[in-house]
Amino acid sequence: MIPANSDDVRIGVYVCQCGSNIGSVVDCEGVAAWAGENLPHVAVARENKFMCSSLGQEMIEKDIRELGLNRVVVAACSPHLHEATFRGACQRAGLNPFLFDMVSIREQVSWVNTDKGIATEKAKALISGGVRRVAHNEPLDPITVKIDPNVLVVGGGIAGIQAALEIADAGYHVYLVEREPSLGGHMAQFDKTFPTLDCSACILTPKMFTAGNHKNITLLTYSEVEKVDGYIGNFTVRIRQKARKLNTATCTGCGLCEEKCPKKVIDDVFEAGLGYRKAIYRPFPQAVPKYPVIDTENCTYFQRGTCKVCQKFCPTGAIDFGQEDEVLTVNVGNIILATGFDLFDCRRIPQYGYGRLANVFTSLEFERLSNAAGPTGGKVVLRDGVSVPQTVCIVHCAGSRDRNYNKYCSAICCMQSLKFAHLVKERTGARVYNCYIDIRTPAKAYDEFYQHIIEEGIIFVRGKVAEVTDAVRLAGEEGKLIVQVEDTLVGKQRRIPVDMVILSAGLEPRYDAKEVGKLFGISCSMDGWFIERHPKLDPVATMTDGIFIAGSCQGPKDIPAAVAQGAAAAARVQGLISRREITLEPVRAQVDEAKCSGCRICNTMCPFNAISFRADPTRPGGGVTEINPALCQGCGTCVAACPAGAIRGTHFTDEQIMAQIEGVLLRNPAREHAVEKEAVYA
Amino acid sequence: MLDKVAEQVKPFDPVIVGFTCNWCSYRAADSAGMARIKYAPNVRLIRLMCSGRWDPQFVLKAFAEGADGVLISGCHPGDCHYLEQNYKTIRRYELLKQTLASLGIEDGRVKLVWASAAEGAILAEEIDHMVAEVRALGPLNWGGNHGA
Repeated sequence: MIPANSDDVRIGVYVCQCGSNIGSVVDCEGVAAWAGENLPHVAVARENKFMCSSLGQEMIEKDIRELGLNRVVVAACSPHLHEATFRGACQRAGLNPFLFDMVSIREQVSWVNTDKGIATEKAKALISGGVRRVAHNEPLDPITVKIDPNVLVVGGGIAGIQAALEIADAGYHVYLVEREPSLGGHMAQFDKTFPTLDCSACILTPKMFTAGNHKNITLLTYSEVEKVDGYIGNFTVRIRQKARKLNTATCTGCGLCEEKCPKKVIDDVFEAGLGYRKAIYRPFPQAVPKYPVIDTENCTYFQRGTCKVCQKFCPTGAIDFGQEDEVLTVNVGNIILATGFDLFDCRRIPQYGYGRLANVFTSLEFERLSNAAGPTGGKVVLRDGVSVPQTVCIVHCAGSRDRNYNKYCSAICCMQSLKFAHLVKERTGARVYNCYIDIRTPAKAYDEFYQHIIEEGIIFVRGKVAEVTDAVRLAGEEGKLIVQVEDTLVGKQRRIPVDMVILSAGLEPRYDAKEVGKLFGISCSMDGWFIERHPKLDPVATMTDGIFIAGSCQGPKDIPAAVAQGAAAAARVQGLISRREITLEPVRAQVDEAKCSGCRICNTMCPFNAISFRADPTRPGGGVTEINPALCQGCGTCVAACPAGAIRGTHFTDEQIMAQIEGVLLRNPAREHAVEKEAVYA
Repeated sequence: MLDKVAEQVKPFDPVIVGFTCNWCSYRAADSAGMARIKYAPNVRLIRLMCSGRWDPQFVLKAFAEGADGVLISGCHPGDCHYLEQNYKTIRRYELLKQTLASLGIEDGRVKLVWASAAEGAILAEEIDHMVAEVRALGPLNWGGNHGA
């Protein structure tokens, strides 16, 4: 290797204009000329309209070959966009790709400044930092890791089912983990799906069944992931399978236990609080798997020690009160998170009266009301269970597009509200109002659905509902719910007396999305949704290699979008599996055993357990610290912690960073040149 | 004499070195760029893999090389790409601040800022804020008391 200060270091500097993106603000030609004259070891400095074009890349390759460059700096966009591109160019010309550095003068200079002079000076400083740093760069070999072909999919809603089926059909094994006792997610609770109005269960159940019986899918329902270790290609995952308190090997799913169980419990989860289930239950009749679970918090036997009715009646003796949770450890190469959403809790908007006024319903409650398999058998009735509403108001954007709650649009509520309007009209013939802020129906066949609903005679009032109240002020309001809304198209306040109000609740990140994100090493946006790698070009990958996201855990979306993401994540994973191995950045910590004093300060620094201590009584410190490169993730925290400077962080060494600091602070290169000369003469 | 007056009137433009984490704050700078948010040009960012790689000696080096301030930025506590390394950054930062105080370096010259990849606007705002603060403090006069 050539020492950084040797005369043999020959750096090529390339300044990209990025069309006019950089060129209109930074004097690229001047910067290149300046770098060529003033920066140490620069053998050639050029500028180009588009460095990332094949012409730009060929220019670098040609210079490496013809001018004998052994370091390259490209000043262009962010390294997150084109670092790989230019590393490739270096590699093609026979230069180790890690002898390259990229300086961001677009995102950090031309796009955030307007003054040409100032921007040009900043670009010079950053390029100086890159040049100084690259002189210290070392050739590195990428780390190759094998990809375990097994895949973990977390979340058994439609997105997770789709992802699991795609991968399983391709011939790879999938562990599909679902927290609830059955697959299905929110989609299993719906009656009809927009805009086709086909029955949700009819299209979902076959998929659930296939996933539940697929030879390549290990279904782990009533289970949760507890711990994730490792990295892309090699994750070790600990999963807790909660005790169903029955033996699934002998249970036939006949349902007799459920029928005979004397304990009724309000079903807050599947029936949204509108119906009952037993203490031993399946969330719904088509549940996959077909086995029930005992809810021990409500089971009379578990609470009082007597009952055992289910055990008495079970024809196969499957009930096992003593069953314990099972903890399994599985190895997978890739993970897809499809953990879905929580519904906005409408109690948080007190002026809408949900929880206080009986006939204010949430959208999920209405889904269950209108569902033929729901608590009312699909009859749309008021909370008393018998009265059919004559007038219904659907309130859009409950909890969405509201700076008091969530600023974002929940994407599904407009279409859901239109669907509700249709169902109410169809089932009850009631007069239906939709109070909306804007109607958003951008997807295929959505606006046609909206037009169709208008033609059905649904009344649309453009305005955000201020209040839902039962306080009567005018004649005709007695016994009604009054919706107070400003009709912004007419410019008037309206009081609409209705029998039933449906709040079209928005979608929110899962209450534990943060913790789940932390468990898998990915982060959440300001709103709490999982962050994708790129909002447009990489929507299902995350910043953590090997972890993908699909469905509503990434942001509010409807069924078609969730299915598309499930399939997309599956395709990404299959691509990785078929490569068999991938290369990782060789950014790792290395211990110089000669320098290590055995102080063990670094030993507590690593959350990946890559650092261990090897006792060695012959050494003054009683031993030496070792780092396992397979476990090291390259954060460099131990490097900074080592008081002896015995740990090196490859590609981010002290020398490289110190040189970059010197470089970016080169405010007056002429002066610095003079100082250097003085030093030489002294 | 007049030259000296002119020099005093000329506004002081501080230079600040910023250390950013590859996963959050460097990407926040990217997103500030993508959103074309204009902010003070005085900060020069250096990319590290994690704010945990940030070593207090980088700050001393930057000051020795003529920086007037140093910004350290990483993922929000709890959001670290490497699980919990930014907590170590907090501890090192607090320790460094005490050391700098005993060296007579003003508090506002070193700042720890959390910015997620989505928070370009926040990073830009923090940079503007810090530049104004350091500008008010004036140039770092390290060792000036000793007539160096």
